[in-house]
Amino acid sequence: MHASLRRIYWWLIAPAVLLMLVFYIYPLVQVLWISVTDPVPGLGNYMELIERPLIHRIWMTTLRVCVITTAVTVIAGYAVAYAMCHVGDRHRTWMMFCVLLTFWLSVLIRAFAWVMLLRTEGIVNSGLQELGLIDEPLRLVRNEFGVIVGMVHFMLPLAVLPIYSNMTGIDTRLISAARGLGASPIGAFTNIYLPLSKPGLIAATILVFVFSLGFFITPALLGGGKVVMISEYIQVSFEETLRWGQATMLSSTLLFSVLLSLALVARFVDLKKVFGAR
Amino acid sequence: MSIAGFVEPSAGQILLDDSDITALPPDKRNFGMVFQGYALFPHMTVADNIWFPLKVRGVSKANAGDRVRNALDLVQLGHLAERYPSQLSGGQQQRVALARALVFEPALLLLDEPLSALDKKLRADLQWELKSLHHRLGTTFIYVTHDQEEALSMSDEIVILRDGKIEQQGGPGDLYEKPATRFVADFLGKSNFLEGSVSGTQSDRFDYAIGEQTLVQAGKPDHQKVDGKVLVSLRPEKMVIADQRPDTVNAVTGTISAFNYYGSTYHFQVATRDLGDLIVTSPAWTCSIEPSIGNDIWLGWQPDASVVVRDR
Repeated sequence: MHASLRRIYWWLIAPAVLLMLVFYIYPLVQVLWISVTDPVPGLGNYMELIERPLIHRIWMTTLRVCVITTAVTVIAGYAVAYAMCHVGDRHRTWMMFCVLLTFWLSVLIRAFAWVMLLRTEGIVNSGLQELGLIDEPLRLVRNEFGVIVGMVHFMLPLAVLPIYSNMTGIDTRLISAARGLGASPIGAFTNIYLPLSKPGLIAATILVFVFSLGFFITPALLGGGKVVMISEYIQVSFEETLRWGQATMLSSTLLFSVLLSLALVARFVDLKKVFGAR
Repeated sequence: MSIAGFVEPSAGQILLDDSDITALPPDKRNFGMVFQGYALFPHMTVADNIWFPLKVRGVSKANAGDRVRNALDLVQLGHLAERYPSQLSGGQQQRVALARALVFEPALLLLDEPLSALDKKLRADLQWELKSLHHRLGTTFIYVTHDQEEALSMSDEIVILRDGKIEQQGGPGDLYEKPATRFVADFLGKSNFLEGSVSGTQSDRFDYAIGEQTLVQAGKPDHQKVDGKVLVSLRPEKMVIADQRPDTVNAVTGTISAFNYYGSTYHFQVATRDLGDLIVTSPAWTCSIEPSIGNDIWLGWQPDASVVVRDR
């Protein structure tokens, strides 16, 4: 490439780089800085990770909710994506519309909608009672169940889209070939289709898990203060208890755990390939 | 696709050695299949691809070792067992697909245009190879192709289908030399078609007229139409092309309107007064005429060089 041309390209991305430095990297460094200086310099804040049972509990809740959410979302997303690949064009368009529809609705509205549906006097409980299936209303919100329902609902498109895009690249003739060579329908799926859709599954798992770790609004609303996840506790520390040292420490830990989980996955799979950079 | 079991026939039965397999799904038929584009599994090595049909039949990798190796040796690819399909050339992929389809000793091998993706030279090599493999194994091969030359060169028996019905069935020589219909004559190889009115019949030959030209045809004037016309198929290589009137029973004059040179042969288009445009091929090295457009020449053929066909 021509040298002067290359210089122009650098200038073209300069505003974006500058923006990132000032409004993203700088505050991030500041967060890290506060976490080791407030209220006193040192690793005191990080000691809380080990010493305080409350923080243990919050972390365990966060991990548990994230793992379950990820598992449910990816399995459900796989089923939806698989169906989308195997229906006619008209149905596919409708399904894609429905998947994307949840993207266009405010996360707040969706969380409140779930509260309405799942609360003690909500349509789910009253419906089940009408049918005589239960005597007492079930506790469906203000617990981990409600949080997971809301989160799965939010995350589903994030799982469907990468899996679907991977699946459209699978040559369906390979399945015919497997069947012709003697594989049963299940055998052809487990031996051929599933391994070939693995990149999509991994991409979806990473995407959903990373998103879930730092998720705030849905857990806060559907947990109703009973299920406190890490991001909600960070918000409380920043704005209510004003313990910035603790809040920044937790934010940094969250960041590191995202990076750590990516690094772990990268040991087993080629992430560049999974996300289409190669 | 119906033989393989992927498409259910709308009517009729499919029999394998007298047993009805119409309702059997593909995996229960025990047929080897080589697909158009090979359909090798991209996430498996060559050896694992070949192991696959054994694997789904419950043979462990350890027990399958010898059979996989034999299948690879059969197609001369023993040294590529650990490669992935994407690291192989088209011809090699084709051979792997073949080994995979043969490793479980299938009752029948189905080949769906197996060579259509290969270039001409490689294709010819693999045609020889497939034939010798077929000879050595003795398994029945059903070979689907749209290449008529391939159909002729590869088969012991050809079935020509038209609109789902069998048009004609027989050895390659029979079909080429004695096509029963215009469709078969036109489909296998090239043919000129002469349509004339029967004007006289002897015991083993008859005369027919096209315009002012009277021609002689061996055999009987079969398949006459309502108006007494017959249709005769005349292969382009069965005519002689000459400057002078050749000493054949049938001879007509014409003018070369176009020609192509193929190294081994010339293909001519010759305009005639009564028979219309005819295509004629002639071995290039013995061609006795000057190949140039506008050249007036003679075409001649014997009564048994052409054959009466049904017009359909």
